[in-house]
Amino acid sequence: MKYYDKLIFELSRKGRCGYSLPEQQFPGVTGALPAELLREKPALLPEVSEVDVVRHYTNLSQMNFGVDTGFYPLGSCTMKYNPKINEEIAAMPAFGGLHPLQPECTLEGVKEIYDAMEKSLAAITGMKHFTFKPCAGAHGELTGLMIMREYHMRRGDTARVKVIVPDSAHGTNPASAAVCGLQIVVVKSKEDGLVDVEDLKPLLGPDVAGIMMTNPNTLGLFERDIKQIAALVHEAGGLLYYDGANMNPLLGVARPGDMGFDIMHLNLHKTFSTPHGGGGPGSGPVGVCDKLGDIVKSLQTSAFNGNFGVILRAYAYILMLGRQNIKMAGKLATLNANYIKESLKDAYKLPIESVCKHEFVFDGLINDGGTEEKHGATTLDVAKRLLDYGYHAPTIYFPLLFHQAMMIEPTETESKETLDAFIDVMHKIAAEAAEDPAILQEAPHNAPITRPDETAAARKPILKYQDEALQS
Amino acid sequence: MPGFCYFPHTEEDIREMLRKIGVDSLDDLNADIPADFVYKGEYDLPDALSEQQVREFFEGLAAKNTTLKVFAGAGAYDHYTPSVIPYITSRSEFLTAYTPYQCEISQGTLRYIFEFQSLVCSLTGLDVANASMYDGPTAAAEAMRMCVASARKKNTVLLSAGLLPNVRKVVETYAKYSGINLEYIALKDCRTSLDSLKALLESGDVAGAIVPGINRLGIIEDLSGFADALHGAGALLAEYCDPSALAVLKTPAEWGADIAVGDAQTLGIPLCYGGPYVGFMACTQAHMRKLPGRIVGEARDSQGRRCFVLTLQAREQHIRREKATSNICSNQSLMALWVTVYLSLMGPQGMKEVNDLSYAGAHYLYDRLLETGKFRKVSDAPFLKEFALEPLVDAKALQNVLCEAGFFGALLTEEGYVTFCVTEKRTKEEIDAMIDVIKEVRE
Amino acid sequence: MSKIIEGLLYSESHEWVKVEGDIAVIGVTDYAQAEMGDITYVDAPSEGDEFGKGEEFGALESVKASSDMYCPVSGEVVEVNADVVDAPEKVNEDAYGAWIIKVKMSDPDELSALMDAAAYKALTDK
Repeated sequence: MKYYDKLIFELSRKGRCGYSLPEQQFPGVTGALPAELLREKPALLPEVSEVDVVRHYTNLSQMNFGVDTGFYPLGSCTMKYNPKINEEIAAMPAFGGLHPLQPECTLEGVKEIYDAMEKSLAAITGMKHFTFKPCAGAHGELTGLMIMREYHMRRGDTARVKVIVPDSAHGTNPASAAVCGLQIVVVKSKEDGLVDVEDLKPLLGPDVAGIMMTNPNTLGLFERDIKQIAALVHEAGGLLYYDGANMNPLLGVARPGDMGFDIMHLNLHKTFSTPHGGGGPGSGPVGVCDKLGDIVKSLQTSAFNGNFGVILRAYAYILMLGRQNIKMAGKLATLNANYIKESLKDAYKLPIESVCKHEFVFDGLINDGGTEEKHGATTLDVAKRLLDYGYHAPTIYFPLLFHQAMMIEPTETESKETLDAFIDVMHKIAAEAAEDPAILQEAPHNAPITRPDETAAARKPILKYQDEALQS
Repeated sequence: MPGFCYFPHTEEDIREMLRKIGVDSLDDLNADIPADFVYKGEYDLPDALSEQQVREFFEGLAAKNTTLKVFAGAGAYDHYTPSVIPYITSRSEFLTAYTPYQCEISQGTLRYIFEFQSLVCSLTGLDVANASMYDGPTAAAEAMRMCVASARKKNTVLLSAGLLPNVRKVVETYAKYSGINLEYIALKDCRTSLDSLKALLESGDVAGAIVPGINRLGIIEDLSGFADALHGAGALLAEYCDPSALAVLKTPAEWGADIAVGDAQTLGIPLCYGGPYVGFMACTQAHMRKLPGRIVGEARDSQGRRCFVLTLQAREQHIRREKATSNICSNQSLMALWVTVYLSLMGPQGMKEVNDLSYAGAHYLYDRLLETGKFRKVSDAPFLKEFALEPLVDAKALQNVLCEAGFFGALLTEEGYVTFCVTEKRTKEEIDAMIDVIKEVRE
Repeated sequence: MSKIIEGLLYSESHEWVKVEGDIAVIGVTDYAQAEMGDITYVDAPSEGDEFGKGEEFGALESVKASSDMYCPVSGEVVEVNADVVDAPEKVNEDAYGAWIIKVKMSDPDELSALMDAAAYKALTDK
């Protein structure tokens, strides 16, 4: 990767253009918009030629790391390979020119795709009805919680304003609950990392709308007591919501619908191989059990019918997987995760020894090289040093239960060679830390930039071009 | 076991790995899943297809749809997409990258987002923009939440009846479960009524109002007096706007708005049956800390090099958890790149031409439609590319005739009007051909 | 060992109070700023805002975290320290000099529920 320091505005020269539009003649059209409706100050837009644009963005791309570049062991993100046939399908002009409001009789093919996706996702998850409107995981979560609230509202049960969330939950869970008008009640985990059923029991009551869980949980552990948890929550009149971020190890193995979950969301950009795009677009379809079918179809939480381009990609993936290959998907993801765990537990602290699913958590280095005089290497330092070796870092400092948390999820699309090479490098880094943690603390050494001063960036924010002038 | 191109494991790999882990079989690794829940039997899924079969399958499905000549808008616009854009956005370093949390190897993503934020500020005239949102309607819902978060103890947000139906529906959905009270500003003579707004402000409970820059009837709103009235009542003005039109129209900042939201699909994103699009949100400096979503800021590394990072993260859900203004996690990053490349190519001159061509085409169609004698004017107010007319023929019959002839237009509004939209992609020949078809429609 | 000043009152949530007549001058303790690390923003309320005892009145932000501040006494905010909002690092540099809000107390008896320096030291030493 090469450091390239331009912004498109800096390439601008008056009179250059990068577009090509036809001339049109519309005879008889005179007049113009009244001056009082026009903008006074012209928009700052770059004037660049087409080649400038292509070079600029090509150079920017060369400062980026993607799944196509290398291994991304990001826990809870499922950075699996993004198949290229998906891209070909999504780019078909026959789909690109369809307006979302055009007459239904001209959209038979689109309807078939949504129906087929619903049927496939129902088969894979055990849920019955789906909406494809949510555009992302957090969006799906919000929609799912709205369904939970609507269910109780329709029953006239307005007391149910609380939702239970495990202490290991991701931040989107409480945030989504708050946006939905629900209060969070936290249930503790036991020493073994699983939800403490005894702590759950007293929390259940007539004011609880339901529970939000992911399974396996954020520690990568399967919640063995899920049958009992489901029974307890249902008995108390609540619903179970499944956060589908961790669905990958269950692909072809088990189904949330069978475990008693009533509502769930999926992340097509995780489990179903659609590309992350640098932070979107994704898609977060929500599936529900039969009794919630009416509600799920009635909620309008996005502009039209969701991210159709993403749904197309996911369906192409499901067709390639088919019923023959899906059975191995989850198992291989779990194999890869356990392999790394067993191979690295000699150098990294493993707080929970039991078998994991698709991901697991280390709690920092066993020997971080710290002494009386100097600080040892932290998880952040390990992450930054990994960048030097051509890897993306794992998820760090999550879940909050472990202070030096490092969550690793390899996914099933990585070969044994890739994992072995990663394991070697992680051992190397651990050895470096024990010898001299400064190598890690000053990392990355080989990236286009070194660690930025994020504190200064937050204290004096420069959030757009030419903001510098305003800061002084 | 036959190989599958996405699973690299050979039988030998699996054996060795199981041995290292210390178990006998893959199923041993799932022994912690209660037997009841281990799925037995075949999944009810289609047989696995080869790539060629996948192509044929989708070609078959594509053929069951009809691409029409688009003369409608209502939140999704058929603007021209320069060829450079998909070329750039399909570069795998952009396409397959994760969110730029590890900034040292994500400078590409962070820089284009910084450019996107800058361009949104440039078009809206406002001080700060975020890294994008899912779409226009959800951005409007976030603006509603931001108004309430900024105003202590006020719980009403006003929505103009001139906003698109899908924008109102999404905002209503978010409001229902947040317990936020919504009231509607009436239209008068096809425009958002300032009198109606003032009357609603008397409740003293208004935190903000969301008003369109161009309403759903295509009319360009004159927002004089709106900001003053709202600010006088301690409330915020949020304008729902079309960023393509903002290249020429008075900006939200010039109208005195505190927040601007909308959908940047009009900046070269294909229709694609409604998604993925990209929402945007911008605000004045004063409200920066309440702006939801990701924000990229400039920084310096240890060697003083300019670089970019996700900043002000303490506002966001993964840190604030239930106290965050929003739960939003991702943006629509790749679509923000799409829009950034579009604006870079178009520049000020290109954007002016897009608007001039759309204006000319729309007014040409408007005049020709009135000449057919099958429509009546509903307003003399100025419009840009979209407009409404009262049909003097049966609207449904009109839509059917158009559809059969390969055109999409005459969308019905709640008043019983029909709307049309003309962009720079539509030619005089296409308009004349559609007029010929319309001339044949009986009462 | 964090710095603690005699003569101030302390809350369990690490705010300090200096009593000036019927005004409570409020800031966060040295312990609090050390816990936060580099403070990037002080989310302060506005003049005229009213809070009850124990009610959240704002937050401290760092790059990676956010920590709420709770009002040790009930009353109305009569002054907000603009310096601290402009330069949040002042809280790191001098937690007891960098007051955040001044509150006109509605019930000065609430002060008796706060800790003195010795009790606060005992709390933070644990």
